[in-house]
Amino acid sequence: MFRHEIIEKNAILMLVLTLLTVAIGGIVEVVPLFTIETTVEHVKGVRPYSPLEARGRDIYVREGCYTCHSQMVRALRDEVERYGHYSIAAESMYDHPFQWGSKRIGPDLARVGGKYSSDWHYAHLINAQSVVPESLMPHYAFLADTPLEVEDVVARMKAQRAVGVPYSDEDIANAAADLRAQADPAADNTDLLKRYPKAVTVPGNGQQPTEMDALVAYLQVLGTMVDFADPANEKPRQ
Amino acid sequence: MSDVAIGAAMPMVHAPVRPAIAYNEAVVRKFVIASVFWAVVAFLVGVVIAAQLAWPQLNLGLSFTNFGRLRPVHTSAAIFAFGGSALFGTSLYVVQRTCRARLFGGEALANFLFWSYQFFIVMAALSYVMGFSQGQEYAEPEWHLDLWLTVVWVLYAVVFIGTLLKREEPHIYVANWFYLAFILTVAILHLGNNVALPVSIYTAKSYNFASGVQNAMIQWWYGHNAVGFFLTAGFLGMMYYFIPKAAGRPVYSYRLSIVHFWSLIFMYMWAGPHHLHWTALPDWTQTLGMAFSVMLWMPSWGGMINGIMTLSGAWDKLRTDPGLRFSVTAVGFYGMSTFEGPVMSIRDVNSLSHYTDWGIGHVHSGALGWVAFITFGAIYYLVPVLWKRERLYSTKLVSWHYWIATLGIVFYITSMWVAGIMQGLMWRAYDQFGFLQYSFAESVNAVHPYYVIRLIGGVFFLSGALIMVYNLIQTVRSPSTARREALPAGLAVAGE
Repeated sequence: MFRHEIIEKNAILMLVLTLLTVAIGGIVEVVPLFTIETTVEHVKGVRPYSPLEARGRDIYVREGCYTCHSQMVRALRDEVERYGHYSIAAESMYDHPFQWGSKRIGPDLARVGGKYSSDWHYAHLINAQSVVPESLMPHYAFLADTPLEVEDVVARMKAQRAVGVPYSDEDIANAAADLRAQADPAADNTDLLKRYPKAVTVPGNGQQPTEMDALVAYLQVLGTMVDFADPANEKPRQ
Repeated sequence: MSDVAIGAAMPMVHAPVRPAIAYNEAVVRKFVIASVFWAVVAFLVGVVIAAQLAWPQLNLGLSFTNFGRLRPVHTSAAIFAFGGSALFGTSLYVVQRTCRARLFGGEALANFLFWSYQFFIVMAALSYVMGFSQGQEYAEPEWHLDLWLTVVWVLYAVVFIGTLLKREEPHIYVANWFYLAFILTVAILHLGNNVALPVSIYTAKSYNFASGVQNAMIQWWYGHNAVGFFLTAGFLGMMYYFIPKAAGRPVYSYRLSIVHFWSLIFMYMWAGPHHLHWTALPDWTQTLGMAFSVMLWMPSWGGMINGIMTLSGAWDKLRTDPGLRFSVTAVGFYGMSTFEGPVMSIRDVNSLSHYTDWGIGHVHSGALGWVAFITFGAIYYLVPVLWKRERLYSTKLVSWHYWIATLGIVFYITSMWVAGIMQGLMWRAYDQFGFLQYSFAESVNAVHPYYVIRLIGGVFFLSGALIMVYNLIQTVRSPSTARREALPAGLAVAGE
């Protein structure tokens, strides 16, 4: 008969058996997500974030927006009616890290892009209660006063490329120009839109982009990349 | 002390008088002080952010005072600073006593362990308020702090396992199984979830190697097992030593401890996907996570039964030892939250409960009721022992702490249940024409009174902790009983 005493009297055996026991669950659940192709069904429209959007995303992460906002419309009737088409895996495939969230103190943001005007977002970020009196959101006026750090935008894009975001050499070479074009309504944004379709130009001051400009650009693209009315996306290609 | 006599995993023999071993208690004392200090900090920041949710003006609109940056300060202070220091301290105490061996690595290594871990905590908290975060829950510290923690953790494992290896007792006591599983698994989780590429070695910002759905699965494999191993297995180790000690009774069932140990550590690792129900995570993973989460109920209750039934024959002690009352109530809360958890992991329940304050209530019945209470019980036991005092300054104050804190938890969890279920119902309510009945803002408005009640619960819990601080300080300031030191180990009465 098996005697547990053997394990109890041998620290190394106990250590090895413990490691084996705890390793199994994670291996079974995590590894196949990297190998089964249907885990992320590729759809038309999903693209890397533009330089300004990507910087806005960094600010979203920095400020801990995920502590109150989810970015995941679940496949439930009421959620689809409230927020729009349920989120699909491909929509966050370039999100390092993912920001699906776990708590809705505020509403889900997976499809907030295009729902409000950029001016509304500025007003809301500066003083949320001025546009939504019930809101519990802190004021983020300081973002409008903080110039966006743009010097390291290339380094940031290269780091993201290294972990799997498909920025091309051309994307990286034009990063600074694209960033400024998106934060300046007077600028020519033809090239920007060619590289980053549906990128929303935010009404910045035209000189120095602020952190708020970046954040609004990010919010405005959320959930807009995939056109769910397009029949090509009806049956996702793999 | 004659731990031998109380260990279920050990033969019930009368230990002969053996030479006293000079245990390293200095490092344990340091960790106990740190744990009490961080408890107050964690509860205080909790009260502040709870107040911010009731009255958002309290965010002050400053980058470093806003909820989004303070919330990780609260969670890290509670889990890693308060809970972590308690686990370091008690594990290093328990492993020495139950192995009859002085801590491996000597004084210097133990001290380095203490200060390097405290340094990690302070740096992590500062980094959040300064705006550095990986943006993954309970894993917010950036890559350089992750590397630092890795070094600290490896040293912790070396000290703990080293002590196990040089033990004089033939058996490894059951509390150490849990502490060992906690140390090993947290190491794996930490390494698995924090693989990130820094923008440059001069900047704190990094990007996780995984993205989207894979990142989500790894994060909740980490996140759920931070609960399972940091906040459960580690504290079960605490339970398995301090409850038998305070009750003066052996562990209820040796067989049950074996069965529930191996099944608990096996099943916990599968439960992560219940944080991702109805999301873009594939259904097979969700279903697997749900199934294991429901099964997890059994090993969890195995632990609860083993903890509570240890009191059989010693129930009267609950009247006279309010410290033990903390420990036993903790196990009760453990049983309650480990029943609630499997219920919430069922996909259809989860469709209502997820993203709502029900989750927050669930977490706090575990964090306040289980983690904090079992720690308070251990601290009330340890302080007189470590500082060589006859007894605590005031048992009455322990009782006050107990009742104020319990009332605080009741306020907290009931208000969050009501708020959470109300949110869930409002979000999915349809009117007679088939339209969604409520705007999101209406659901925000509706929970305001419950956020105020929650805040009151938090203030109660904090007040209880401050009573504890006063009681402990007075205990340490009372005259020492050096007599105890002169006693050879083995003569002191078990359960003292």
